[in-house]
Amino acid sequence: MREDKTHLLDDKDRALINAYQGGFPLCENPFAVVGAVVGLSEDETITRIKRLLDEGVLTRFGPLYHAERMGGGLTLAAMKIPPEYFDEVVEKVNKFPEVAHNYERQHALNMWFVLATETPERIDEVVGEIEEVTGYKVYNMPKEEEFFVELKFEA
Amino acid sequence: MDEIDRKIVLATQGGLPLVAKPYEAVGEIVEISSAEVIKRMEAMLENGMIRRIGLVPNHYALGYKFNGMTTWNVPDEKARELGKKIGALDCVTHSYLRPRHLPDWPYNIFAMVHGKDKETAEAGVEQIAEVLGEHNQGHMVLFSTKILKKTGLRLGGKK
Repeated sequence: MREDKTHLLDDKDRALINAYQGGFPLCENPFAVVGAVVGLSEDETITRIKRLLDEGVLTRFGPLYHAERMGGGLTLAAMKIPPEYFDEVVEKVNKFPEVAHNYERQHALNMWFVLATETPERIDEVVGEIEEVTGYKVYNMPKEEEFFVELKFEA
Repeated sequence: MDEIDRKIVLATQGGLPLVAKPYEAVGEIVEISSAEVIKRMEAMLENGMIRRIGLVPNHYALGYKFNGMTTWNVPDEKARELGKKIGALDCVTHSYLRPRHLPDWPYNIFAMVHGKDKETAEAGVEQIAEVLGEHNQGHMVLFSTKILKKTGLRLGGKK
């Protein structure tokens, strides 16, 4: 997952990635529109996106939904797991479908994950369930305000 | 969000179909026309239920090896004003105000800083420190060492 895969990318791949981290067209033949911008046929555009997903250059392709605006809950949570139990706890935590992203980080709080739930109330329930299943405390850090969220990755 | 929107979410949250007419394919699942899918997704983009539609890169794969979650202890009364300034920096992709967990966790401002090299990431941290100035009461930078899971948001299949 951490691998640098830039050696797999050519100019067209870069153009696709740099132009369409958002703004993918909502029309009957969107890949034809995208292809025309980047200089690819409709088929080639589809094939390339498939390849980039298969290679793990892309993690997803499609709409990104905003949990809270859909009436759901969202939070960032952290856990402090002894290294010798880390893999075991990762497995338990990742089994929860509500765990959207999970990162290992260098700190005593060494596991950081995002919980996305269908209802705001469900956050506390899932936090409780994770604590019960793993036996470790979950530090729940729901956002109180979001200042800016933008995409600035460059391929 | 009505029942049809909900079905669209369920049909697309794992990704758009990689076929020439992806919205038609979604429409077949939801049992509405492609025009209706497009209209409804446009509305969801408009009202913010959809943040964006597009390619989501694995930033490690793009060569962003240095991904720091920078966290800062800023006085509560200054946090919102300073958070906005930090969010506007080019090196920051997300920025949030979050609750402290004293005594274990005194930091209330979170800002994600990404770099293809260590110097860029560190320069980002310095820029934030400059913005905060005397209001920086301590900070911690947590570099991620591994993506353990990245699936994005999932609604359950239940009603």
